[in-house]
Amino acid sequence: MTEDVLLRLTDVVKHFPIRRGVFFRKEVARVHAVDGVSLDVRRGETLGLVGETGCGKSTLARCITGLHPVTSGEIRFDGEPVDGLDRARTLAFRRQVQMVFQDPYGSLNPRRRVGSIIGDPFVIHGIADGPERRRRVQELMELVGLNPEHYNRFPAEFSGGQRQRIGVARAIALRPKLIVCDEPVAALDVSIQAQIINLLQDLQAELGLTYVFIAHDLSVVRHVSDRVAVMYLGKVAECGATERLYDTPRHPYTNALLSAATVADPDVSARRERLVLAGDVPSPVRPPSGCRFHPRCPKADETCVAQEPPLEPKFGDAAEHTAACHHPVADDEVLVGSGDAAKEVPRWR
Amino acid sequence: MAMTETRAIEGRSIEGRGPWRLAWERLRRDRVALGAAVVIVVIVVLALAAPLIADWFGHGPAQQFRKEGTTEFGLPVGPSGEFWFGTDNLGRDLLVRTLYGARVSLLVGVAATLCATVIGVVVGMTAGYFGGKVDSVLSRAMDVVLSMPYLLLALVLVAVFGPSLPLTIFVIAFFTWASIARVVRGQTLSAREREYVEAARSLGASDRRIMFVDILPNIVAPVIVLATVLIPLAIVFESVLSFLGLGIVPPTPSWGSMLSEAIAFYRVAWWYLIAPGGALLLTTLAFNLLGDGVRDALDPRAERLFATRRNRRRRSLRRRSGGGR
Repeated sequence: MTEDVLLRLTDVVKHFPIRRGVFFRKEVARVHAVDGVSLDVRRGETLGLVGETGCGKSTLARCITGLHPVTSGEIRFDGEPVDGLDRARTLAFRRQVQMVFQDPYGSLNPRRRVGSIIGDPFVIHGIADGPERRRRVQELMELVGLNPEHYNRFPAEFSGGQRQRIGVARAIALRPKLIVCDEPVAALDVSIQAQIINLLQDLQAELGLTYVFIAHDLSVVRHVSDRVAVMYLGKVAECGATERLYDTPRHPYTNALLSAATVADPDVSARRERLVLAGDVPSPVRPPSGCRFHPRCPKADETCVAQEPPLEPKFGDAAEHTAACHHPVADDEVLVGSGDAAKEVPRWR
Repeated sequence: MAMTETRAIEGRSIEGRGPWRLAWERLRRDRVALGAAVVIVVIVVLALAAPLIADWFGHGPAQQFRKEGTTEFGLPVGPSGEFWFGTDNLGRDLLVRTLYGARVSLLVGVAATLCATVIGVVVGMTAGYFGGKVDSVLSRAMDVVLSMPYLLLALVLVAVFGPSLPLTIFVIAFFTWASIARVVRGQTLSAREREYVEAARSLGASDRRIMFVDILPNIVAPVIVLATVLIPLAIVFESVLSFLGLGIVPPTPSWGSMLSEAIAFYRVAWWYLIAPGGALLLTTLAFNLLGDGVRDALDPRAERLFATRRNRRRRSLRRRSGGGR
């Protein structure tokens, strides 16, 4: 069981200090972007990561890929700790873990030709040069569905979907084991989203990739993920196999999130119950005490204010379906139609 | 025949027109900038050919023609067939001296700006990219340089080391790198946060590679614009120093020192002022217009540095017709 865990996060914390002052830059506060996340990602699976804007999804992604050093906690990739590697080992790690970015416009350097953008990994890692590099880049372009003859074009000459394909080609160039997709389709049209998701799934099957797939579109996550983790204010609220989590959400937040998801079928949509949350997400600079969800939770009481709930299975669920809640949602409390949420939408092909 | 034609067209469309080519095509359509560029080329050619022209006239730059070149009262002689721009009070040919002065001005202007740009880009990028303490120290250094009374300091430096060409270049570069560094730092700060820099980091690119391969090409446009505007400033600065006797040492002709000599004769010999003054004006004007055009070409959406009426009208037309973003 343990050896098929590719990535293990143990109590990962990432705080960003807020500094003031010209010379001494005194720390006046910190943003609790990620605050104690423990997750396992198994080899070959897709772990969906959902949550509202600002809940720490992207920060967690950047911690996994080593772009942000973690404040505390441990990230183990393939059994090896990721922190404090020397230059050579860092390069080796970079080959294994790659990232696909959200913004297909911002993630490609506008001043460089597509060929050299996709060829960058080969240059940086000293793998291929000259005509060999060109051959490999064109292979990659073909693999992700781009015309290899567009090798010398600039990013501005491609559409959003094509640009995202360029980003994917760059990410798979080094044949990584894990790809962290940070909202890879959020910036694209729906029809293009389907193409990119199909591409990612085809590549997963072909190259045996493992994905951490971040999104805030619940239907997309449902379609691609084997397991889903729901994040709220830097913490995992609930985690479990996709179908279980969508059918029997245990955390009130998950329940509310699912009830807010769009349903394509108007009949289903009409008989659904909605749970509309009051207020905004609290500031991650001063997260609430106890359960972070308590200021907005319909079921909150004094226990929730005082004590932080552990992440554990509820109501005899399977051991891997865990929720962090003092008052989990029982089967009969699940909102009508919430299991249908996001079900009809993904008719991808 | 038809085959090769289609292939040629395909090849062109696939090649892709880069940002530099687009900028060049925009610049080529800007008639004012093009005219300025032509003027600059002519000045450069004349400066390079100064010894040939001096030979052709048979007048050396420091050669004195006491007999033909001055009146019986020892005053300068006006423009004539022999001396096209007239002579100075020592009977030297002003045309030849102005052309030799162009050599000095262009050399100082370009060399000082080049030094300042290299220093400014390296310092500014280092400050902007690494941030934190490095940024604090370098930014304060820029503030200090920018707040120095440059003329006073130049005076002190010249008093200590004695006036010379390298010192002039050094002084000008020393007082201009900071303004470039500031711009570069700001640009780097915003470029650093872009996702393509993160992408490069996640691929394992080194800091140096990110700075020079990923960030530099994106900030080079404002640097080029600033440099073209700094060249005329450096030329004027050199003239100021020479005017005050702090720049180029006298036997070598320089526009600034010629102007300062001409001051005493402005009532009797207008040409004495016009020759170096006109050359200075023409050169700086040409560089400034070219800089303006380069700016338009590289960054067509930005506000103009020297918004002329022509540009403003063009811009309002563009806005009304709904073109441009």
